[in-house]
Formats: sequence, C-alpha cells, structure tokens
Amino acid sequence: MSKPVQQLERVVIRFAGDSGDGMQLTGDRFTSDAAFHGNDLSTLPDFPAEIRAPQGTIHGVSSFQLHIADHDVLTPGDAPDVLVAMNPAALKSNLGDLPRGATVIVDTDEFNRRNLAKVGYAVSPLDDGTLESYHVHALPLTSITVQALAEHDLSRKDKERAKNMFALGLLSWLYTRPISTTERFIVAKFARKPDLLAANIAALRAGFNYGETTEDFAHTYAVLAAPMPTGTYRNITGNVALSYGLVAAAHRAGLRLVLGTYPITPASDILHVLSGLKRFGVTTLQAEDEIAGVGIAIGASFGGALGVTTTSGPGLALKAEAIGLAVSLELPLVVVNVQRGGPSTGLPTKTEQADLLQALFGRNGESPVAVVAPQSPTDCFDAAIEACRIATAYRTPVILLSDGYLANGSEPWNVPGVADLPDLTVTFTTEPNGIGDDGKPAFHPYARDPQTLARPWAIPGTPGLEHRIGGIEKADITGNISYDPDNHERMTALRAEKIARIADTIPELAIDDPDGDARVLMIGWGSTYGPIRQAARTARLTGHHVAVAHLRHLNPFPRNTAEVLRRYERVIMPEMNLGQCAMLLRAAYLVDVQSYTAVRGLPFKGSELADIIRTAVEGLGAVT
Amino acid sequence: MGMPTMPSSGVAFVPRVTEGATALGRKDFTSDQDVRWCPGCGDYAILAAMQGFLPELGLRRENIVFISGIGCSSRFPYYLDTYGLHSIHGRAPTFATGLATAREDLSVWVVTGDGDSLSIGGNHLIHALRRNVNIKILLFNNEIYGLTKGQYSPTSRTGTVTKSSPLGSLDTPFTPVSVALGAEATFVARTMDSDRKHLTEVLHAAARHRGAALVEIYQNCPIFNDGAFDVLKDREQAAARILWLKDGQEVSAGDQVAVRADDGSIQVVPRATASPTRIVTHSVDTEHPSSAFALSRLTSDGTLAHVPMGVFRQISRPTYDDSVRGQVAAAVDGGGGTATDADLAALLAGRDTWTVGG
Ligand SMILES: Cc1ncc(C[n+]2csc(CCOP(=O)(O)OP(=O)(O)O)c2C)c(N)n1
Ligand code: SF4
Ligand SMILES: [Mg+2]
Repeated sequence: MSKPVQQLERVVIRFAGDSGDGMQLTGDRFTSDAAFHGNDLSTLPDFPAEIRAPQGTIHGVSSFQLHIADHDVLTPGDAPDVLVAMNPAALKSNLGDLPRGATVIVDTDEFNRRNLAKVGYAVSPLDDGTLESYHVHALPLTSITVQALAEHDLSRKDKERAKNMFALGLLSWLYTRPISTTERFIVAKFARKPDLLAANIAALRAGFNYGETTEDFAHTYAVLAAPMPTGTYRNITGNVALSYGLVAAAHRAGLRLVLGTYPITPASDILHVLSGLKRFGVTTLQAEDEIAGVGIAIGASFGGALGVTTTSGPGLALKAEAIGLAVSLELPLVVVNVQRGGPSTGLPTKTEQADLLQALFGRNGESPVAVVAPQSPTDCFDAAIEACRIATAYRTPVILLSDGYLANGSEPWNVPGVADLPDLTVTFTTEPNGIGDDGKPAFHPYARDPQTLARPWAIPGTPGLEHRIGGIEKADITGNISYDPDNHERMTALRAEKIARIADTIPELAIDDPDGDARVLMIGWGSTYGPIRQAARTARLTGHHVAVAHLRHLNPFPRNTAEVLRRYERVIMPEMNLGQCAMLLRAAYLVDVQSYTAVRGLPFKGSELADIIRTAVEGLGAVT
Repeated sequence: MGMPTMPSSGVAFVPRVTEGATALGRKDFTSDQDVRWCPGCGDYAILAAMQGFLPELGLRRENIVFISGIGCSSRFPYYLDTYGLHSIHGRAPTFATGLATAREDLSVWVVTGDGDSLSIGGNHLIHALRRNVNIKILLFNNEIYGLTKGQYSPTSRTGTVTKSSPLGSLDTPFTPVSVALGAEATFVARTMDSDRKHLTEVLHAAARHRGAALVEIYQNCPIFNDGAFDVLKDREQAAARILWLKDGQEVSAGDQVAVRADDGSIQVVPRATASPTRIVTHSVDTEHPSSAFALSRLTSDGTLAHVPMGVFRQISRPTYDDSVRGQVAAAVDGGGGTATDADLAALLAGRDTWTVGG
C-alpha cells in the first residue's frame, strides 16, 4: 500500500556533492520533471571554477538548488528545506544554510574516515549530535546502488557513478513525481551506450522503489501544479533564452546573425548554443581573443549583418576600444556581458552586477552606449530582442548585462508566438541622401534620421554610396575627417543625444504598490528582480507597505525615473556591487537613493531584503 | 553530399564591371579627400600604383573594401573611392575577417603598417593567416612608427637610433615574410613602393589568390627612417642584391646564385663556386614551407645584402570564410531552406513542453 501523501505549497531542495557526482545533471532532471508537472520553479546552480577539484574536498563541492511551488515563484529560495549531501564535504559546506528542522539525506558510504578527515571532521557529524535539529536520513546510497546493479556487467566504479540517479529516483518518489521524463532523457543521452543506459534506468527505478519499501520515510509529499497563464511552456535557462532571443531578433530583422566571440565563463554557453543553430543562418566565429571577437562582429555589421559579441567582465575590458570605435562608426553592435564576480579573474562561476559602470563608462572619450539588463532567466529572451532592436534602429552598440545567476538559473517559460515578437525590419540605404559640393546627388554617411538621429546604414556592394568611415572624428553630415573644434562639440552632443532619444521608445518605469500608499520604494535592476519582488511580498504580509520598481534600461533611464524616485520618502536600491546604479541615480536625479549591497557571489535572499524593507518602513515618522 | 568544388580565384564571387559598360579608370578610384602624407612619402607611390591597379582588376567599385588599422599607412582607405573602414590600432584583420565571412561578394583588402601588424596586431595577423581568410593584407614596412613620430618598430634593425632608442634599439626584429610563413600563410610576397611594375604584378597575384595573402611592401619614410631601402633603389646595387623570385626559375642576382647549404639554410654565392645540384630553383606551390622560409631568412641580418622579391609561396588550401559559409549553407539546406517562422517556433518550444489551460 502506498504511504500517505502530505500536501506542500512549496519546497526548496538542494543537491550537493562532489564535482564528479553529477549534481548539476540531477538538479536539471528534477527541474525538468517539476516543470513538466506544472510547478512554478526557479533554480540556482552553484559550482566551482575548477573542473574537477580534488575529490572529497570543500573546493570540489558542486550544488544545485531548486524551488518548486504551487504558486508563482520569484527566487530559488532563501534556504533549503531538503539537503541531499553526497559526501562529508557537501554536508559541511552546506550545513550553515540549513534552517532547523530541515531534512538531510546523506550517503553514509562516503562518510568514511578518509573523507571525514579531508574536511576536518574528527568525528562523523552523523554520530556526534551535529545534526540533532534536523530530520536525517542516513542511507548507504552508494552501496544500495551497487547492489541494485548487481546483475549489470559494469565495473564497480561505473555502478557507483549511477548513485546520482538513485538519489534522483528516491527524491522523485518522495515528492510524488513520475520518473518517466527522466527515463526518456536517459534513453536519449545513452543511446550509444546501452549498458550505461540500462544501469542508469535501473538505478533511477531502484531509488524510487527504495522509498516505497524502506521504513525510513513515513510519507511522501505533493506540491501541486501552480496556476499559470494559458500557454505552451518549457523550462529554460538564461543563457539559452538569451541565445534564442538573438536568433529571433535576427529572424525578425531579416538579418544574418554573426557572432564573434572568445570563450569565457559564464558566457560560453551562448556560443555553444548559437554554434548549433547554423540552420537559422547563424554564423559563429570563435576568435583568437575578445578584441578579435568584437572586431569580427563590427566587420559583419559593416557588411549588413547583425554583429554580436558575447563575453564576461574581463572580456568586456578588452573590447572597450573596439566598442568605442563602434560608437564612432555608429553601426549596430550587440555586446552581451554575462557578469561574474570581479575584479580581474574574480569569481568566474559566481554572480555579480559590478560591471554596470564599466558598461556605461569603460571607454575613452565621451562614448555613450545603450545598456539593457534582463531581470530573470526567461527575460533574457526579451531583453536580447530589445538590445537588437535598439542596436539596429539607432545604429549603436548596446551592452546587454546579464549575470551568472540569470545565465545558469532556469524557470518555466511561456513560449511566445513568433508573430507576436516585435517586427525589427531594417532598411538599408540604397540611394544618395544629399547634394555634394558639385551640385550632384551625393551620399552623406553622417546625415541623420530627424527622429532617432540614426545615420544611414549603407552596406558595401551598394553602387554610388561608396564611403569611408573610421574612428577619427568626422564632420557632421559628410563624415569626412574633421579636427574642427565646433564640429567635435556638435558630434559629441549628437552621439549623446541619439542615445538619450532611445528613451522615446522604451516603456516608463512601472511601479508595483498594491496598497497604494507606500512611502518606501525599493528599486532594482537586472537579476535582483526576483528577490526584491519576493521581499515586497513577504513584507506586505506583515503590513509593511512598500512600492517596488525595476529598471531594465540602464542607459538611457526611462523618462519618468526622476518623478518616480521623488515620490517616495525613502528609496532603497539593493545591488550585487558596491552601489553602482544607486550612484548613477543619485547623480542623475539628486535623490537620496540608499544603497544596500552584497558581493557574495550569490543572489540576495528575499528574507534579507524583506528585513531591509521592514526596517525602512518602521523607521519612518508618522505622516504629518 | 559531395564537397563543393573550391573556387579558384580570390575574386570568384565578386561582381565585375559588366561587359560593354565604360571601363573604370584611375579617377573613378580616387576619392575627393586631400592626401595628407609628408612630401616624398613612399605611401604616395603605393597609392598611385593601387589607383592604377584597381581598374585593371575589373571589379565593380562598390564591391571593393579597404580596411586599415592606425598609422600613416592606415590612412590609405580615405584616398580610394571604394568602401573603406579606418579602424583601430592593430585590429584591422578582425574587422576584415568579419566582413569577408559575412560577404563573399566583396574583395577585402587590409592596409597595415609594421607596427600596426606586428606589434599591437601581431596576434590578429597570425590568426588571419593561419585561418586563411580570403583577405589581402598589404603590410607597409617602413621599419619605423611613422604616425607617432619615429619610434623604432618591431621591424627596425637592431641598433636603430630613434627618439625612444637614443643608444640604439635592442630588440631583435621580425622578418614579416618569415612570420607569415610560420603562421601557415598560403600566399606570401614582398615588393617595394618605388617599383610600380612589380608592385602591380604582385597585387594581381594576391588578388587572384583565394585565401589570405600577405604582401610586404618596403616603404620609405623620408621623415623618420629615410633611405632604409635605398640600396635596393640604386640600379647597380639592386642588381647585385635583389633576387627576383620567379616560379620554376633559378634564384639569382647578377652573377650570384642561391644554393642550399648543408645546415638547411639558403646562401647566396658566386655562380662560379656554386655546385650545380645545390642551386635553388624557386617553386611557389611547394607544400612544405621550408624552402620559402630559408629564402626569407636571407634578409634577417638586416644588411639587405641579398633580398628576395616576389612571391615566396602560394599554395591552395580551403579558405576559412568559404568553409564557414559552407557549413551554414549545408545546415540551411539540410533544414529545408531558409528558416521560417515555423522553424523558429519549433526551436523556441524545444522538445519538452507542457500546456496550461486553453
Ligand atoms: C591603442 C593605441 N595605441 C597606440 C596608438 C599610437 N599609435 C598610432 S600609430 C602607431 C604606430 C604606427 O606604426 P606603423 O604601424 O608602422 O605605421 P606607420 O605610421 O609607420 O605607417 C602608434 C603606436 C594608437 N593609435 N592606439
Ligand atoms: S611620417 Fe613617414 S610614413 Fe608617415 S607620412 Fe610622413 S613620410 Fe610617410
Ligand atoms: Mg611603420
């Protein structure tokens, strides 16, 4: 007979193990099953920069947290309700995040003297009372897996490696998930290795059945499907969504997408995805360095393609001079920067938002570019399209600031219809647009569209429009080399004004204030969206009225930004840097924006920001 | 599916001036910009040769693009009435790679200096060459940084006294031809600003080559390094020093001839003393680069005692841009032609979807 089922609204599960234990895959699979089941969810993979740090050490711990719920989910969860720890290192490095009463499932086979010593446990934490306040399920996961695979003709090592599937099977049982989608996945993944295919499926099923038979678990849990708007859904990570956004934008613009790039974590997956999409006419060039990557993109744009380059912080630094050239050439260019912890090599696999000022100002001269930041993994799709829209319409570089959390995190995506995507049709200039000194029709590469101030895009191969452009200051309209002081002043102003006018075509900053009388505003940008919304939701439960707003355009800001900021007595901006956007807002609008910052390589917790909101609300005097 | 046959010419897909239309002349390629090089600069002669050569090439003007870096030489594109891009220091090959890959219908030329291509841009130069992108790189070698007013460059001979090396430069210089050969270049040649006829011949050969071509052009900078190549311009001295490279012919200068030495090098000796079996016959399309490389080392001592001029090497290898386009075209064809809205919708949805409501 099946065990009783207990209903849960939400649960946060963290899988943690050695880098070689397959925790990312396990997490991914549980995520897919949850998504398929209709839960709303959000994920947070967290792994070391080293590919295989020494086994069993704290450096080698890789984890994957996911938050599933029967209602809409905004963050990967503040703290795990369940920790699956595949070895002592995984337990030790994650224990600090566990609230009392959480469930801990450990693989006792790995808690041997050697592994315990590696992480400095003199006595096993399973025996010394360390885990007293948790529900501990101490199970010999490795040996049960090996036993379950007794009949399989595989080395002991290969059998042991299937323990992550056993753990997944057990968790699937515990949370009443069918394992059929994962079975289908295994069949596809191991199509060419029938013995591993059979072993993985057997381990998965054994884990599931183990839950049913063992007395260790008294009941199972169910998290019902979340109500979501009508639509076709899939689960998607930020990097994949961003890649698809670029492809979709090129498709809707009728342009060939050319990516010039150099591998760097956490941006490389965009190259991996796009290099597999040649069927969509996508050209990807893995260049010799970041400078070459952006040069290739600019060269392609000069030729009438949509030039894109992707990188992370250190790479953006290298691209600076070429982006400045694109500012001067006034050609479309999309620069994707998936931010990671800095400075220098910093924290390659951890998230941060500390490249905002680099994006805005990290070039010589007055060198304005548009900056757009996605707010969630799925929003990476829309933000990429928006970046391409601005780049092509205004003939300008656009920096798209994603980050490591968005890049690797995933959530369900209501897949948009292609016809509903913005029409980005581009028209190249094919006829002279002015009169030359000789009175004949002439082409003026720096004559501008009166509305957008964009200059014409006339591509090589167009007869009669032969022209030369370059990084030396150009005379207004004709584009000839000019060192004239007044001209430089005018061109500098025109380049700035062109970027400022992008604000004509972006939505106003929206405010969420359900109570309608909030005196505190919490404003964010980029990936802090989820934690801020979660914090507001939590704070409102205790009667703390707060308004929230989120900037997706960092340059230019929406037209009503000043007005919004000035409407509140307190404005708080949480950022994963030392207050970069807050500084911009203070400088631009003379509003006392208060900065709340953290640079721990991890997203904010909703509860942490909720406390900030409560303190702010409680600190206000009575309305006078 | 069979491999597409490799196009044989560097301008295979570039539209030509149609038959019957008025042929283009030098003036059609001369822009309205005032040329701003110093009087007597070797760049003038190269520009004049180019303006004479381009009409001979017979391509439509709008399908020719010149891309340069930064330096005196890199101002070149402004003076030609084609499409042009004056980019940033050292990076011209990257823009050219992006453009040439995106557009097979263009004839793409890179103009660069010795500092531009071999100091700041050394990395891009070698990678463009090894990839064999169908671009023609004209390296104006004046053995000096002209635009920044005369510091020594990576091709300056050791001991060169300049403003930044008052006691003589200490660096060992590059021989650009050797660098190119080491970088797997498929076409490498050397010519000189003042020899219009030879320069034009080499430009033709480079344009015809499908793949990356590196053409080193000795160029005089009368302001900061005057006379660096004078010994090659004096008729008598030139006859003794220049070894004209002609495919299938002996490599010789006056009564001297190039011979293969025991250590693998090539040396130039009086014909009378040369063992006939050791005399070097030039072969541009020998797959192995060692002979071309040995020839390139003749100038490495900086004395210009023996200077091979002409095409060192020209071999056939698939170009990067053709191959990139080939992969994309095959994928597009394999998918049933240009992607439609339905194809994109299928990509976005992926394989694991579920539906809510409806
Ligand atoms: C990033 C950068 N660094 C330095 C310079 C200064 N600079 C301009 S041209 C040049 C050297 C040019 O020498 P070369 O390439 O030999 O060209 P030439 O002027 O001799 O034709 C230098 C160092 C620059 N423009 N940009
Ligand atoms: S400095 Fe030398 S290379 Fe530059 S323009 Fe003058 S003469 Fe020519
Ligand atoms: Mg020079």
